[in-house]
Amino acid sequence: MADFDQQELTEFTEAAAAWFKENTPHDVDFMLPLTFMEVGTDQQFNFLRDWQNKVYEAGYLGAHWPKEYGGGGRHRAFQDAATKIMAQERTPIMLNAIGLNWTGPLLIDRGSEDEKQKYIKGILSAETIWCQGFSEPEHGSDLGNAQTRAVKDGDEYIINGSKIWTTQGNYADYMILLARTNPDAENKYKGLSFFLAPMKNSGVETVPIKKLTGEYGFTQTFFTDARIPANCLMGNEGEGWLIAMQTLEYERGARSGQAGGHVMMMADPTDILGLAREAKLNGRPAIEDPAVQEELVALMTEARALGLNSRRDKIQPLAQDRPMSLALGSKLSSTDFYQRLNAFAISLQGTRAAYYVGDDSAHDNGIWQRGYLNSFSATIGGGTSQIQRNIIGEHVLGLPKS
Amino acid sequence: MSALDNARMAPRIGLSEEQAQLLDIAESFCRDKSPVDKVRALIEEEGGFDDAVWREIAELGWLGIGVPENYGGIGLGMGELVPLVEHMGRSLMNTPFVPTVLAAQALLRGGSEAQKEEFLPKLAAGSAASLAVCEDHADWNLENLTAAATRRNGKLVLSGKKYLVLHAAASDIVLASVALDGQAALIIIPADALEGRMTREKIIDDTQRAYALDLDGMALDEDHLLPMEMAADTLAHIEQMASLLLAADMCGGAFACIDYTLDYLKTRKQFGKLIGSYQSLKHTMVDAHQLYEKARSHLYSAAHVFGEQGEGEMAVHMAKAEAGEAFSFAADRAIQFHGGFGFTYDCDAQLYRRRAIMGCALHGDTRYHRRKIAELMF
Ligand SMILES: Cc1cc2nc3c(=O)[nH]c(=O)nc-3n(C[C@H](O)[C@H](O)[C@H](O)COP(=O)(O)OP(=O)(O)OC[C@H]3O[C@@H](n4cnc5c(N)ncnc54)[C@H](O)[C@@H]3O)c2cc1C
Repeated sequence: MADFDQQELTEFTEAAAAWFKENTPHDVDFMLPLTFMEVGTDQQFNFLRDWQNKVYEAGYLGAHWPKEYGGGGRHRAFQDAATKIMAQERTPIMLNAIGLNWTGPLLIDRGSEDEKQKYIKGILSAETIWCQGFSEPEHGSDLGNAQTRAVKDGDEYIINGSKIWTTQGNYADYMILLARTNPDAENKYKGLSFFLAPMKNSGVETVPIKKLTGEYGFTQTFFTDARIPANCLMGNEGEGWLIAMQTLEYERGARSGQAGGHVMMMADPTDILGLAREAKLNGRPAIEDPAVQEELVALMTEARALGLNSRRDKIQPLAQDRPMSLALGSKLSSTDFYQRLNAFAISLQGTRAAYYVGDDSAHDNGIWQRGYLNSFSATIGGGTSQIQRNIIGEHVLGLPKS
Repeated sequence: MSALDNARMAPRIGLSEEQAQLLDIAESFCRDKSPVDKVRALIEEEGGFDDAVWREIAELGWLGIGVPENYGGIGLGMGELVPLVEHMGRSLMNTPFVPTVLAAQALLRGGSEAQKEEFLPKLAAGSAASLAVCEDHADWNLENLTAAATRRNGKLVLSGKKYLVLHAAASDIVLASVALDGQAALIIIPADALEGRMTREKIIDDTQRAYALDLDGMALDEDHLLPMEMAADTLAHIEQMASLLLAADMCGGAFACIDYTLDYLKTRKQFGKLIGSYQSLKHTMVDAHQLYEKARSHLYSAAHVFGEQGEGEMAVHMAKAEAGEAFSFAADRAIQFHGGFGFTYDCDAQLYRRRAIMGCALHGDTRYHRRKIAELMF
């Protein structure tokens, strides 16, 4: 079945395991982001950029991407193995997520030869950082209504408008930008175009926004007569919506091709068992409370179902009743699950639930509290859970549009 | 999701070639043989199932799937029964299939060589059988026994009652659990001994048939008794097998029930719009569907690891817990989303809801199985 040498894969996997054991930094004396959406300080940014570069140089990132653009040229199974080890070792995350997992596969699938030559290697090495300019202050879920303007002027486009919630906007070298080239198109979607826009450019300003956790991670991005070369246009004018939708499929995990490497450090659901044993409720270990047990079992059962769903999706006869169901459902089910898991974890802590990161009284230094607040990044970002339900209802269950 | 790939969690799932083939065959067979008007027609009949379909099931060899070749079967495992029962659930099909295969598997596990040789070939060939393991105390613990056997004049004399014996009237033998010398025992009751002792019960699921058995004074020869040393283990095995197959039936039911409701949401209009465009209905259907998908993953995981100590048991408990929850939720909402029509006997939503309640009532509901998991986990 597999079109690669199993022996070679085994050796690769063993080497990767040894490499990550040896090289994973453990003595970091500042708080590392758990996800790519939480990179709030220069210290975190520089650290993660170096780390990604090191992993790439070792051959454990983009191992299956084409060699001619900087990838490893191997079978996908190799990268999957490396990614799995990173998650198991709980290594620091890969910084350049929007480049690695959305822009990169998009370029490989539909980019021009020039674009691939120009961008892929920098994405892998973290030399060039990417951000995504889709959402606007007035148009988030209704992305098709984006109003940021791009007007062609000779061999340039002039960009005006504002994007918001731009993850890593203040660090990015490039933005995948959805902008309106034709306000008079026959419908709102057809007036949109897709750009690979330089950020270190006059007329582009980023203003960091403080997140609910009090940290930073995203920006509002202002374009004021920002001029970008006309060849930043990807595809043709009017194809922006199509390309943006393909990008979102990568983002939501409904389409594959990502460079790999973990970009979100999820709580291990089994960690909550440790918490339930240590935390005290009414003077007894929380895990002795039957109501807690029942809820714990339900959560552990659900965690297993998420893992099983993704495996079942690969077993064709068990995944064909409603095509795309498991792929389109995974974002909704996993983000929602992690939110409830974190909330439940807080509920096990009695008065200790009141403490947050940085206080000695906090359980596990407030990791569950912080995790819960941050969990909304995934239930809102990338299309909210409500929008996911619309998508599944319409595209999987065939219900009429709302 | 990568954290879930963690070795500590790594749940397994797979599908054998036989399972894949059976999935295909069962789908068309059940669809053809059990359209809903047929299901409704059978409700009106005393026996509750179609003899011709039952004979076809036997001819297809499905009753011998889990029976070893030397006893006249095909020698596959419980996992191969799952696709069949899942599709029976989708089509609301009802026959003595599940009770018969459970009785056969119980005999295989806990019967003497002579008993296996005598009965397994018959059961594999289409003789129906059933299990009598429920009692008036309504407890799911199969070792909680008030029905009893005592030895008198070289005979085993029974006392007490058994309940919810599925398709007892169609069965050639019934395998009953009783206490003997303070211990759990299983005993084979032939159909002729049940003459005049069966009462049809009024159960919530009109498509099924269940009977109460009055055992008082029934005298059976000693050779009807299954070897005592295997009885407790066999009862535990019965719970596992029954839970797996009920989970399959309920997963199938959940799928069909969601499908049925979606059809209505795509055709019924109110306020000038298809009601499926309203998010309170649409999003709820998505939630029901997501629950179903998770339950189905658990089901095929349980089918895959069935019989493994620890892992296999845990997977079955999860499968039954989740299937019960998914089916109950989908069917409950199915009634509501059909409005006034949903409140009628004509609407199929009630068929699903009743079957879900029945499926949870037999061999443990969601809370029961979660408690079992807690005992294994903590
Ligand atoms: C941490 C984080 C990082 C992000 N990073 C980026 C980024 O890098 N680049 C980028 O472009 N964007 C980014 N986003 C933006 C994100 O994609 C949007 O926030 C999201 O799409 C929702 O849009 P909105 O904020 O305008 O909310 P709104 O669309 O105004 O939604 C408000 C509420 O209304 C609900 N709602 C809206 N429409 C419907 C409907 N049709 N049916 C039912 N409910 C509806 C929503 O679910 C939500 O609960 C990020 C967001 C977060 C939280």
